[in-house]
Amino acid sequence: MLNPFDNFHFDWLRRRRIFIGISIAIMLAGLASAVGRELAPGGTDSFNMGVDFKGGTIVTAKFRNRPTDDEIRDALNKSGVGDPVIQTSTNRPDEVLIKIPLLEAETNPEGATDQDHTLQVQAGRAEVKKALDTFGQAAEGDATLDSAPNAAYKIIGTDSVGAIAGSQLRNQAVIATLLGLVGILVFIAFRYDWTYAAGAVIAVFHDVIMVLSFFSIFQWEVNLTVIAAILTIVGFSVNDSIVIFDRVRENVPMRRHDSLFEITNDSINQTLSRTVITAGLVILSVLALVVFGGEVLRSFSLALLVGLTLGTYSTIAIASPIAIWWQSKLGDSKIKDVLAPAAKGEKLASSSRRSVTRRPVTR
Amino acid sequence: MKRTGLWIRTGVILAITLIGIYLVFGPRRMPTSADFTWEGIKANLAANINLGLDLKGGSHLVMRVKLDDYLKTVTENNAQAALSAISDSTDPKFQVANSATVAENGNYSFNATLADGTNLDQVAEAVKKKVDLQNWNESRSGSTISWTLGAAAQNVMKVDAVTQAKKIIESRINTYGVKEPTIQNQGSPTSGQILLQMPGVDDPERVKSLIGAESNLALMKIVSAANPAPVTTYPTIDAAKASLGGTVPANRKILPYAERDEPTAAGQAPDQKKPTSYVVVEYPAVVDGSELRNAEAVSRTGAQGDYQITFQFKPSGAQKFGDWTGKNINNYMAVVLNDEVKSAAFIKSQIFDSGEISGKFTKQTAEDLALTLKSGALPAKIVYQEERTVGPSLGADSIRSGVEASLGGLALVILFMLFYYRGSGVNAVVALVLNMLLTIAALVLIRSTLTLPGIAGLILGIGMAVDSNVLIFERIREELKAGFDIPTSIDLGFDRAFVTIIDTHITTIISSVILYMAGGAGPIRGFAVTLILGLLINLFTAVFVSRTIFNWELSLRPKMTKMSI
Repeated sequence: MLNPFDNFHFDWLRRRRIFIGISIAIMLAGLASAVGRELAPGGTDSFNMGVDFKGGTIVTAKFRNRPTDDEIRDALNKSGVGDPVIQTSTNRPDEVLIKIPLLEAETNPEGATDQDHTLQVQAGRAEVKKALDTFGQAAEGDATLDSAPNAAYKIIGTDSVGAIAGSQLRNQAVIATLLGLVGILVFIAFRYDWTYAAGAVIAVFHDVIMVLSFFSIFQWEVNLTVIAAILTIVGFSVNDSIVIFDRVRENVPMRRHDSLFEITNDSINQTLSRTVITAGLVILSVLALVVFGGEVLRSFSLALLVGLTLGTYSTIAIASPIAIWWQSKLGDSKIKDVLAPAAKGEKLASSSRRSVTRRPVTR
Repeated sequence: MKRTGLWIRTGVILAITLIGIYLVFGPRRMPTSADFTWEGIKANLAANINLGLDLKGGSHLVMRVKLDDYLKTVTENNAQAALSAISDSTDPKFQVANSATVAENGNYSFNATLADGTNLDQVAEAVKKKVDLQNWNESRSGSTISWTLGAAAQNVMKVDAVTQAKKIIESRINTYGVKEPTIQNQGSPTSGQILLQMPGVDDPERVKSLIGAESNLALMKIVSAANPAPVTTYPTIDAAKASLGGTVPANRKILPYAERDEPTAAGQAPDQKKPTSYVVVEYPAVVDGSELRNAEAVSRTGAQGDYQITFQFKPSGAQKFGDWTGKNINNYMAVVLNDEVKSAAFIKSQIFDSGEISGKFTKQTAEDLALTLKSGALPAKIVYQEERTVGPSLGADSIRSGVEASLGGLALVILFMLFYYRGSGVNAVVALVLNMLLTIAALVLIRSTLTLPGIAGLILGIGMAVDSNVLIFERIREELKAGFDIPTSIDLGFDRAFVTIIDTHITTIISSVILYMAGGAGPIRGFAVTLILGLLINLFTAVFVSRTIFNWELSLRPKMTKMSI
C-alpha cells in the first residue's frame, strides 16, 4: 500500500493571509491589465477576443496544391495574424475558408459603417495574402489558376463576418452560470451551512476571475471554447470545496473540544491524499492537452489548466478560510448549540449526516 | 445465500453494459457479419454519434435577405394602411383626391393629396393613430401630406430586418431539429447577408426550402353576399376589378382563390391547383400571422394527403378575432397564405382563439408550413448566394491531436490507478470505462449532438468519476489503517464516501439543470446535458459497479487478510 500522505500535517489556515494576498495580487494584476489595456491610447482591448465573439474577415482561397490546415495556420501566425479559424470545403477540396479576427481593436462590428467594413475587409485580405504568398504567387485580378500557370493560389472571395456569439450568448452564459451558483449556494446551505455555501461560491468567483486575469495579462485568445472551459472549472471548484466541507462536517461532532480552526486544518490534511491524486490526475491529463492538443484547442486547454489548478488551490486557500472567518463572526451567540448534540463516534457514516454546528474559532 | 444478490447485481450490470455497447457500436438494423469487423464497428460508431459543426463540419450557406423588397413592401403596406385609415372616415374633409407611392432606387415615400387641404393636421393624426410611422418623416406641401423614409432610417430598418430574419431562421432550423447551428452576419450589416453553418442534416434541400419559406398568414373578410348565398368569386382579375367599379380602392384587395385537387393516386402530392378563381377581400386583414401563438399539422384520418393546419392566436389576436367574428356571423372569411386564399368559409359562430387552414396537404408540407407559421414570417424573400459543405470549424488536424492528447491523458490516469491502487485499481478502471461507454450511449439514446462544450462536460464527468473512486479508495485505506477488518473497511469506506459523492454530484447536477434551463439552445446546453448524464451514470458505475466487484472479491476469498488497495 503506497501512501505518501500518511500523518502529513501542514498548518494551511495559518498561512491564509499569504494565500489570500497572492490571490489578490494576481487579481489586481489582471484588473490592471484589463483596465490599462482598455485605457491606453492605441492599446489592445482588455481581452483578446476571437472571431467567435467579435467577427472579422472571411477569405476564400483556391489553391493549385492545397497546403494542410496546419501549414496555412503556421503561415498566418508567422505573418502576425493570430488565431485564425481554418475550415476546409469538403465538396471543393482545393478551396479553404480562412476567418481572421478584426484587425483594429476599436472597430465595433455592430455599429460599424459600410466604409469601416470595406476598410476592414481590405486590410484582412491584405494580411491573408501576405501570409499565403509564402506558398507562391497569387493569381491577381481576372487571372484564374488556369490562365496564370505560375500562380499557386487565388483569393476567390473576401467578406466581413459578424460574431457567432454575440453579446446575447455571452450574457446568457453569464446569467445561466450565476443562476447555477445560486442553486449551489442554496443546496450547500441546506446540506451544510450558509457560511460554507458562501465560502464555496466565493472560491468559484475567485477561480473565474483569476482565469480571466490570466487571459487578459497574457492576451490569450478568448473564443467559444473558453466558455465551456469556465463552466468546467466552476464544476470542479465546487466539487473540491464540498469534499473538504464534508470532512469538516464529519469531524465536528467527534471533536467537540477542538476549535473549528483545528478541525478544518485537520480535515484539509486528511483529505489531502485525495485532493492531490484527483487534482494531479486531472491536471496531468489537461497538461497533455495543452502540450499535444494543438494550436486550436490551446485557449480551451490553457483555461482548464489554470482554472483547475486554481480550483484546487482556492478550496484550501479561499473557501475554507472564508467559511471559518464567517463562522467566527457569527460564533459567540451560537456556542451553546455545539454542546447540544451528543457525538456518537462508533459508526462514522451515521454521525456525519448531522449539519455543521457552529463552534468557537481560535486564533 | 449472499451470492443470489450478487448474481442479480452482476446480471443488471451486464445487461446495461450490453445495451450500452449496442447503442454505441451496433447498427440500427439487422446486424450482419460486416458489423463485427473493425471497419464495420467504426462505421456504426460514426453513424450513431452525431458530431456538431465544430467537430465534423456541415453545410455552409450564405444567403441574402432582399432588403429592397422588404422596404418596398413596408412602404406599400404603410401607404395602403394610411390611405385606408383616411378613407375609413366619413368626414368629407378626408376625401383623398390623389395618392402616389415611390419605392425604388433607395427612395421610399408615399403621399396623399386631399381634396380639401384645410384639415391636414387631423388627417395626419388619424393616420398616425392607425399606422406605425415611427421611422418616417412627415412633410406637407399644399394639400399633400408625404411620408418619406430617410437614408439613416432605411439603414436602421435594414439592420432590424436582418436581425429579425436571423432569429426566424434560427427558430426554424432549431424546430426542425438541427442542433447548434451558427448564424452570423456577413458583409456590412445593411447588405442583408447571413452566413449559416449547420451540422450535417439528412435532407439539406428540405432545410433550405424551410429556411426560405414564406409564411404570411392573414385572415381577411371576403366581400360577398352572406351565407346562405355561396361565396362570391370571379373567374378573372378583370371581372373582380369590374365589380369594384374599375379601380381597386385602398381598402380592398383582389386575391387568387386556389382550391386544391383531391389526390388523384395514392402517394401523389395533391398540390396541383384547380383553375384559379378570384375573390375580393377587405384590407387590412382582421388578424395576421404575427398574432399566432401556435400552429400544428393535424390529420383527421391519418391518410397521406389529408393534413390540415390548426392554429391558435395570442391573447391580443384572439380578442381582435373574437370581436370581429362576433359581428360577422354568416359573413365569409378567407384564410390567406402568401397572398393566396387557401380557404373561404362563413362564420358560424363567434370564434376566439383558434382557426384552421383546410385544404389537403401532405404530411411533410403541412408540418413544414406549421413550423414556418409558428416561427413567424420572414421580413422578405431570401436568396441563396453560396453553398458548400465544410470541414469542422476546429480543424480536422487539431481535432485529431486533441483526441490523441485526451486518450494519452486517459491512459495516464488508468496506469496511475493500477499502479497506485493495485488490485482495486482494476475496479476503478472498469468503472471509468463503463462510465464513458454509458455516457456516450445515453447521448446516442437522446440523439444529442456532441460539440466541444459537450466534450468539456464529458471531461468534467470523467474527472468526477475518477474523484469518486479516489474518495472511496482513500476512505477504505483510512478505515483499514484505523484497524477495521477488510469487509468492515469496505462497508465503511463506501458508506462514508457515498455521502460525499452524493453531495458533490447533487450540487453539480443542480447547477447543470439550471445551466440547461437558462442557457438557451447553444453550447451551454450541450455542456449541461453531457455533464448531467455523466454524473447520473457515475452514481451507478462508481458506487454500484465498483461495490459489486469488491463484493465478489470478498465472497470468493472470504479469508482474505491483505487487501490490494
